[in-house]
Amino acid sequence: MAINTARVLNVEGRSVALDPEGYLVSLDDWSPAVAEALAADDDRQLTAEHWEVIEVLRDFYRRFEAAPAMRPLVKAVRQALGEEKGNSLYLMRLFPESPAKVAARLAGLPKPTNCL
Amino acid sequence: MNSTSGISPATTAIDAPQDLLIVLRHAPHGSSWLREGLDVALVAAAFGKRVGLLFQGDGVFALLQGQSSGPLAQKGTHPQLAMLEMYDIEHLWVSEAALAARGLPVDSLMLPVTSLEASRIARLMHSHPHTLIF
Repeated sequence: MAINTARVLNVEGRSVALDPEGYLVSLDDWSPAVAEALAADDDRQLTAEHWEVIEVLRDFYRRFEAAPAMRPLVKAVRQALGEEKGNSLYLMRLFPESPAKVAARLAGLPKPTNCL
Repeated sequence: MNSTSGISPATTAIDAPQDLLIVLRHAPHGSSWLREGLDVALVAAAFGKRVGLLFQGDGVFALLQGQSSGPLAQKGTHPQLAMLEMYDIEHLWVSEAALAARGLPVDSLMLPVTSLEASRIARLMHSHPHTLIF
C-alpha cells in the first residue's frame, strides 16, 4: 500500500517523510532524534515520563506488529510501568488529546487502526 | 469432552456468554477472512465489548505456532492472535472435531483454548446474543 508523503521533516540533515496525519511514512526512519523533532513539531516537550511510554509502545509494536488502541495501551503500560502509570488519566496528562494516537506518532508507529 | 491446554484463562466455562461471538472458519493464508474476523474482534474489544472467539473448520490452523509474515510481506496472524490478551479477549473456543479431522492435538496450539464437541458448540452459539461468522 503506497502512503502519500504530505510533508518532510528535517532531522539531523536527513529528510523524514510524514503522511497526511503526521505519522512516519517509513517506520524505519524512526530514531530518538526523530521523536524529538515530531514532538517539537507538535509543541510538545519530551520528559523521561514520555520516553518510558514511548519505549512501551515500541516494544508493543515489536511483539504484535500493530499500534494499540487506548485500552491495550493502558494495559501494556500497567504491565511495564506499574499501576500508578497504567491508567488513562496519567496517559491523558502526558499526551493530551488522544494518548494512543499521539504517543504512537512519537514512537514512530502507524496510526492505531482500532481507535477513533 | 472438554480439555484446556496450557494456562487456563480465568473462565472458559461454556456458560460465560460474551457480548459478541466471532466464528473464525478460514486458515491464515489464501484469503483475508481470518484477519478481518480478528480485526472486528479487536475493534469490538477496543470499545469495551466482551468478545469470545470460536475456531471452526480450517480456522483452527490459525492456532498453529508461527503463522508469521511470508515472502509477500503481508502481516502474519500470529502476532494478531498473541495480541488478543492485550485486548482482554480471553474466551477462546475450538471445535474438537475440526482439530481431530486435521490431526492437531489441543496442546500443540499457541494459545490456551477450550475444545468443544458439536452439541456444546450449538449451545455456545445459542447462548450468545450476537454472532458474526467469518
